[in-house]
Formats: sequence, C-alpha cells, structure tokens
Amino acid sequence: MITPHGGKLIDRTASESEREAILAEDLRTIEIASGKAAEVQNIATGVYSPLEGFMTESELVSVIDTMRLPSGPAWTIPIILDISEDIEVGERIMLNHNGKPMAMMEVDEIFTYDLNEIAQKVFGTNDKEHPGVAKVHAMTGKFAAGQITLVNEYEVPFGEMYLKPEETRVLFQEKGWDRVVAFQTRNPPHVGHEYVQKAALTFTDGLLINPVIGKKKTGDFKDGVILDSYKALIKDYYPEDRVVLSTLLIDMWYGGPREAILHAIMRKNLGCTHIIIGRDHAGVGKYYGPFDAHEIFKDFPDLEIEPFTFRSFAYCPKCGSPVNDKICPHEDLVMFSGTMVRAIVNEGKIPSKELMRPEVAEVIAAQDRPFVE
Amino acid sequence: MNPDSEKKYTTISIPTPLANKVKERIQGTGFSSVSSYTTYVLRQIISSDEAKDEAFSKEDEERIKERLRSLGYID
Repeated sequence: MITPHGGKLIDRTASESEREAILAEDLRTIEIASGKAAEVQNIATGVYSPLEGFMTESELVSVIDTMRLPSGPAWTIPIILDISEDIEVGERIMLNHNGKPMAMMEVDEIFTYDLNEIAQKVFGTNDKEHPGVAKVHAMTGKFAAGQITLVNEYEVPFGEMYLKPEETRVLFQEKGWDRVVAFQTRNPPHVGHEYVQKAALTFTDGLLINPVIGKKKTGDFKDGVILDSYKALIKDYYPEDRVVLSTLLIDMWYGGPREAILHAIMRKNLGCTHIIIGRDHAGVGKYYGPFDAHEIFKDFPDLEIEPFTFRSFAYCPKCGSPVNDKICPHEDLVMFSGTMVRAIVNEGKIPSKELMRPEVAEVIAAQDRPFVE
Repeated sequence: MNPDSEKKYTTISIPTPLANKVKERIQGTGFSSVSSYTTYVLRQIISSDEAKDEAFSKEDEERIKERLRSLGYID
C-alpha cells in the first residue's frame, strides 16, 4: 500500500471522551461556510495528510513560493482559515458549521497576508473573473492557524457513498489491489471517460471513480445525476471486482496545474498509486495551457503517486471506436466533451450511443432538472 | 514556558562534501535548500518507522470492514 503523503495518515477526530470534554468547554465560536467545513473534514480524516490544521504564515509562504510545505512534501494550494473575529493566540475556538459545533481549533498564530499576492502566485493571475481568485479576494486577509480536532463530522450528501482514507485503504487491501488508479469527475460519463478509465485500468489492479461532491457552478450536473449515471455504467459495462465508486469532498479552486497536484495528493492519501490527469485538469477559461497540469508533475519526482496523462480523446467514425491523438491518423474526429453533452441535454435531446452509453443517457433523460440552478 | 520549546528550527552539521552533493541533487527539483531536502529525507525515514507502529489495529480494521460491509462495498 502506498505510504500516505508526508509518511503518516492523519486522524484528527476526537475520541468519545475528548469529544465530550471539548463540547463541555465554553469556547468562542466561529461560523464556517461549507467550503471551509469540507477542508476541516479533509484535514481531520487524513485526506489532506500531512496537514493537521490550517496553515501558519511560514507554511503559506512556503506553499505559494515553492509549492512545498516547509518540511519538504509537495503542497500547492494554501489551506488557510480567514477570520474577521478578534481572537487570540493560544485560544481554543470552536468552528461551527450551520450553527453546529464541528471542530475545535487551537490557535497557534494570527497573521495578515496580502490577498493579491496569494492569488497571483497560486493562480498566476489576479483576474477576479477566475473563480479561485474571486474566492481569495472574498477572504478577510486576516488568518488563524493551528491544529484542529473534529467533534462532529460534516454531513456529506450521499453519505452512503462517501469513503474516508482509512476506509478506501482497507477496501483496497481487502480487494487485493496494489496498483489503484483514481479518476476524478464532475460529469456523468461519456464514452471518452470510459475509454480513458479502462485504458488506465488495463495497467492497474483497480479503478477508483471519485466524483467530486461539493459546491458546484450553475449549469453543472447535480451530484445525484452523476452518481446514478455512474452506477448505470458500472452495472452494465465494468467488471464488478475491479471498480469502486465513492465520493470525495472538494471545494474546487480551478487552479489548473497546482490543483492537479493537490488532487493527486488527496488520492495518494486514499491509497491510490495513480491518477488520471486529462486535458486542462481543474482548469477554467483560458488561464492555463491545455497540458500545464501534465507538465507540473515533472517538478515533483518525489510525489510517489503517478499521473496517467491523456491529451485528448474523440470518436473516430472511420475506426468506429474511441481514439486519442497518438493512436489515430484520421481527420473528422468527434471530440468528446462535457460541454457537448450538456448542450445536447439542454436541447432536450438524447446523446448518441457513440457519445454516451444508452443506459447513462436514460438516467439523465429521466431527470426533470439535471443541472444545478 | 521554556524558551527553547518555542524554537521551531535548530542547526545540525553535516559534512560539506555531502551538503554539496545534496545541492547538486536538488537542482531542478522543488526543493529550495539543502535544509528542506534533508528535513524531507529525515521525515520520510522517521515517519515510515512510525507508520509501521501505527498501522490499523485489529479493532479499527474490523470497525472499518463493518462499515464497508454495511454499505455494500465488501461481502
């Protein structure tokens, strides 16, 4: 089994006695939104190993300047808690979500930092049209750092399909999988996705299909549609003992190459040895080159989890099959894309079988409103 | 509080030829200094030993398997 990032799987969940003691304390509370609550959950359950809490200033500087934690492991996106309250170093505070206690934080440091600098260094732009930049600029500029202890888990939608790193690791061990490839998705599967997943599975023992659950953009497919469409695909087209479908909480930053490394780290902590990285992974608009998220892996020879990079995939009428640009010499290829699928569905039409399996198309067609509004 | 306990970094000595080899090795990588590389290597060694000690206990593993069974992931 691949070693967790930084060497150890972090578990910052309180034991029952710790939980009772913490909840009995009269702590100052800070309400956190769903994106920050997802980060708390990911820290506590080891998805963000080796992080044990929100970053200090020296960790933030190291991450934005060198893409590494001060101790050396790769880390490319700051995990920081902005605050507006007057709290003190040394204080224990309660992070509430939806008014309910979620995690106790021991405040080690309070600092301020220039939001323009964070955005520019992480995203390569300060354009507030970029959703990651907009998120940074919505912060207060004042940050609290320190270790957290989870007292109540995040109420994950579709919780029956949500697996933590300790669970996926035991699951892969039970299945006898040494080499596991992860596939991140925010869309129902088209034939191109299936082609890429099966190509990667050919060289590994198992496939983790890992849809992102969390805040989405208007016009994205709803979480339930994505999960149901994958269940339909797996049922009829995948060997049952070679695939696991489970969700992961990610509040997307659309940070392109830097975010691709974070996504790889999260899957490494889940026990995956490989991750599929497609064209413009985690990108948005035209801020990143189509293959920047492939190239960045060359800067991290010590990452351990390896990328399977795919340039593009399409349906070739002449070959009569899905292809990619390395294996097919023909022209007039029909490129697969989520945008194309969304456009077809928006017109009330059903995607063709060359683009999408009929069983998947039926799941989508059965929905009155398949998109986030 | 003992002031020493607040210090986050300390200095260690390694042979200069070894430090020079490390400098060469980290060129073109994400490591910004000999210190960061040395810290990384030492952490890897120490945490791999800790990881051996902290593998799931039998009780933890059974608890996890029970949830996986209840969710239909394993029989």
